[in-house]
Order: sequence, then C-alpha cells, then structure tokens
Amino acid sequence: MTVKSIKDYVGVSRDRVENFNGKQLVYVSWDHHLLFASPFLLCLPPETPFAAMVSGPLTALVQPDPDAAAVDWRTVEWLKDNAPFTPDFSRSLAANGIGHKDQIRFRTPGLNALLNAA
Amino acid sequence: MDMKATKKKLGMKERYRALTRDLGWEPSYQDKDAIFPYASYEGIKVHDWDKWEDPFRLTMDAYWKYQAEKERKFYAIIDAHAQNNGHLNITDARYLSALKIFLQAISPGEYAAHKGFARAGREFPGVGTQVACQMQAIDELRHAQTQIHAMSNYNRYYDGFHAFADARDRIWYTSVARSFFDDAMSAGPFEFMIAIGFSFEYVLTNLLFVPFMSGAAYNGDMATVTFGFSAQSDEARHMTLGLECIKFMLEQDPDNLPIVQAWIDKWFWRGFRVLGLVSTMMDYMLPKRVMSWREAWDIYGVENGGALFKDLARYGIRPPKGWDDAEKAIDHMSHQFMLGLYQWSFGTSFHSWIPSDEDMDWLSAKYPDTFDKYYRPRWAHIRKLKAAGTPFKNYGLARLCQCCQLPSVFTEPDDPTLTCHRETVYKGEKYQFCSDGCMDIFNNEPEKYIQSWLPMPALFSELGGDVGAWMNWVSLRDGVDNGDYDGSTDQQHFNEWRGLATSNL
Repeated sequence: MTVKSIKDYVGVSRDRVENFNGKQLVYVSWDHHLLFASPFLLCLPPETPFAAMVSGPLTALVQPDPDAAAVDWRTVEWLKDNAPFTPDFSRSLAANGIGHKDQIRFRTPGLNALLNAA
Repeated sequence: MDMKATKKKLGMKERYRALTRDLGWEPSYQDKDAIFPYASYEGIKVHDWDKWEDPFRLTMDAYWKYQAEKERKFYAIIDAHAQNNGHLNITDARYLSALKIFLQAISPGEYAAHKGFARAGREFPGVGTQVACQMQAIDELRHAQTQIHAMSNYNRYYDGFHAFADARDRIWYTSVARSFFDDAMSAGPFEFMIAIGFSFEYVLTNLLFVPFMSGAAYNGDMATVTFGFSAQSDEARHMTLGLECIKFMLEQDPDNLPIVQAWIDKWFWRGFRVLGLVSTMMDYMLPKRVMSWREAWDIYGVENGGALFKDLARYGIRPPKGWDDAEKAIDHMSHQFMLGLYQWSFGTSFHSWIPSDEDMDWLSAKYPDTFDKYYRPRWAHIRKLKAAGTPFKNYGLARLCQCCQLPSVFTEPDDPTLTCHRETVYKGEKYQFCSDGCMDIFNNEPEKYIQSWLPMPALFSELGGDVGAWMNWVSLRDGVDNGDYDGSTDQQHFNEWRGLATSNL
C-alpha cells in the first residue's frame, strides 16, 4: 500500500524537474565539514559543465571554511548516490549522470582544521 | 404535607450519562457505515464503542464553568502585564527569539489540533469519544487564542511578531511543525489520535510546555507563564485522553496492535523532529536557562516516556523504533540546529547570535562529551569570521528532508562528524531524507509525502531564486526582523527603554 486511503489515491510530486524552469536541483556536501550545517542546495541548468559548478557556486560557498584554500578540486574524492564517482569536469551535469535532486558528496582526507582544533 | 420533594439535581454519574451516552442514538433510516465513512478504513477493529471510558467524566456544563473561570484569571493577568510594562521585565530581548518561534511554529499547531479534533469528533462513531474530542477541539482553539493574545503585547514593541501566520504558512523553519499537523490532519481519525493524543500531547507537551513555561518564568515573562498555567489542566486531560485511546484500540482487538505500533513508531519520530526547535530554545535562546535540553530529555523523555512504554508493554507495545537513534542525537541536536539557524539567519523572522564565552562554558559543562570536541571550534571560527568583518552567512541554503521538512542538519547516529545521507527513488524520482526514521515514514506512504511543499525548493520553482521577493512573500522585513541579535533594533530598543526605566538619563 502506498498510502492509506478510502479509495485509489495518486499523489503528484511537487518538486518535479519541470517546475524548475529548465533548471534542476543538485545537493552538494563536503564530508566532515560541518561548519556548513546542511548539504548545499544549488539550482542549475543541467547543461552546466561540472567544472563550472565547482569553480562557480561551490568554490564560493565553501570559502568560510578554513580548509577551503587548501582544496585541490582535481584530487578530491567524489561520491554520487553515496557511492564513489568520477566526474568528468569538462562535461555537463546531465552528461555526468547527475539528475534532479541528486546528492553529490566530496571528501578531502587529511584536511580538517575545525575538527582537529579541539 | 407528606409530598415527596422531586429530586432536582442528577448525581455525577447520571449527569455524565445524560450529557454523553444519552445524546447518541441508533440510526434507523441511514446505514451506520454511511454516517461514519472513515471509521474503518485504517484497519482498526472496534467491537464495542461503549467500552470507551472518559477518565475525567467531564460534562459540557462543568467544562464551560471551569474554562470561563480560567479565562477570567488569564485576561486579568494579561491586562496587568500590559499595564505594568511587562515587555521591559524580561531578562533580555534575546529571550524573545524563543517566543517568536513558539508563536510562528507552535501556536498555529494548537489551531490545527482544534480543527483536527473537531473532525475526529465527527468521524468517530462512539458518543463518549465524540464528546471528549469536542472538548479537546474547544481547548485547542482556546490555547491558540490565549497564546496569541499573551504574545500580542510584545508585538507593540518588538520585531518579528507581526506576521506569524505568514511565517507559519511560508517560512522554512516552521514547516517541521506545519507538516506534522498537515500529516496528522490528512490521516484517518485513529491515526490522528495517536499523532496528537500520543505524540503531541505525550512526547511533545511535556518537553515543550514544562521547560518552556519554566523558561518564561525564569526570564520574567509573566504573560507566557500565565497561558502555560491556563493550559496546564487541559493538557493533563489531553494526555489522559490520548492514552485512553491507545488502550481502547489495543483492548478492542489483537489485530490492532501492529497498526498502533507502526503509528507510535512514526509519530514518535515526527514529534522528535519538532523537538529540534525546542532543543535550541532551551540550550541557546533563554538568557537565563532552566535546564539543558539533555536534562529535560532525561526527565521527560527517558523517565516519563520509559514509564509509559513499560505501562503499554502488557499490550505488546515496545518502545518506538527510533528511540535509540533519538538517544544518540540528544547531545548533538541543539548545537547542530542552532548553527544552522545562525548561518541562515538572513532568512529567519527572529534573531540569533554567537554564544558568549560564558554561554559556551555553560554548554560545555552541560555537554561534556560533545560541545568542546565538535561545536565550540565551529562557534569560535564563526566568531573569528565576524570579527574579521566577514560574518558567516550560508547562502547555499539547505537540503530539506522530504518527510520532516527540516534542513538536513543531523548527523549519522554513530558518527557526529558526518551528515546523515538517506535517499530513495519512487516512480523514477529521487527523494532525500535527514534520517532513517524519516525515510521509513516516507516509504510506508510515498503517495502522501511526494506532495510535500518544501520551502527551499519552492524559492527556486516559484520565485526563481529571488531572495528579496521571497522575503516580501513571507512578510520578513530585511534588516529588521532577521539576522544577528547583536546590532538589531530589538537589542537597541530593549537597552534604551530599560535604561529609561532604571536610570535618570
């Protein structure tokens, strides 16, 4: 049963990709860097090159973290759908298989100023 | 002269019968199922509605008398509060952030509960149940009204109170409470009783009202203390009604057990997520604190909740599925949530602030295993950013949970350094969650939760990502209602007015 109801009941998803005016949502999160309280929510065209997402919004958003300057984007470990993932920086989000509301994570082993501060 | 005097007054028991059971009748020309179409689809089997016992045996005439008396007292004190400049007697205007959140997120919940009980009273076939729901519906309406009246005096002097209804409908941090009530009101009458009668009244009310009203007393807020007192005797009745309903279902048929257990699992977790807001009020927002969130949880969650589940064990009920995950989160959740509220404070209709050294020492004493290790370094860094003239604002917004609708600020139960990532695909579309508890709720009824209206995605789907337009839409006045308490007009006004009252300048 997909919902308890008195008769057949079909819901409509509110956040379907067609409601985002040609864009899509992408969630990005930096593992073990919880100065940022939650994964970032980005709204980008699916044609955005992966490199542009990284050098644009992502680089800007992570600035407040003391580790930000030391991040080498070409060597960080990426995850998509919580599994290891190797993005092609020159290709678009869509071509990298990054769909609407997908969660991208990245790891920077060894970098963790705020956790080691204690 | 031997005429026997007629007995004028009915005894308590007779009056109760006359004003409850005697009001019902057996339908003769309509089918009972047609009159009560929502009574059976949830799968709860009831064989004898007369087994429903109202533990208070309260009748409408007595109810009316008690409530009128309480109203008179309440409004006398509210009047005195306004006339005696009660808005200057609070410890500090920071305290008002807790009140603003309460008014925007919780008071509208009382109103929602009123609507829900009015509906449940119509949908339940049993007369005892109908009468009990009717009274609770009126109680909840009264609570919403008295809370709004009690806080309205602050609206004349401070920011952020003026548009609580818009905040309730549209802003992001209130949607955890709004979705809780929307979920309950769109469920059947039995599930509604578990959601409100059990989760809201049992799990939440203790942890919400008791520490919150003590917090009001500690911080000189006579108005809020008064509505707390005025509601307290009602709450005791509501808790008993919720428990009575659970026991009634469990005693009526053994097949009801797994259904009730699933609801207890679900609504415990939904209630626990609403408590995320409460934990920040207790640990961060009260200038003079009553007890830590951890201490409140130990008393009202572990001790009282534990006793309740021990009591229900004889029916085969076990503690809720999320209980262990909840316990693991207690020493983290207020810090994780408050860090979020601060970094998104450009979008809150209340003020937040960086805890002072003294505050942080208190937090580390109350949370010896977690605060210094995980959270003090973050606050210290945020303070450094502010001192450098680059105050921390996270314009990345947040991933909201499809079920509880809170930003995913919570970590893995066993790893407080890693955000909890949970996702599922339903009918080809992806959905994100903050926890196993929320994902399980979704997976049980996906057709319901795919419809969630999530405030942050809506900023992009409906307003094209225009934060200024969003602020207008939620009635948030930028630079007035939002942002850091330090430098706010609330802070300036409070200091200025209090200065006038206590000095000769």
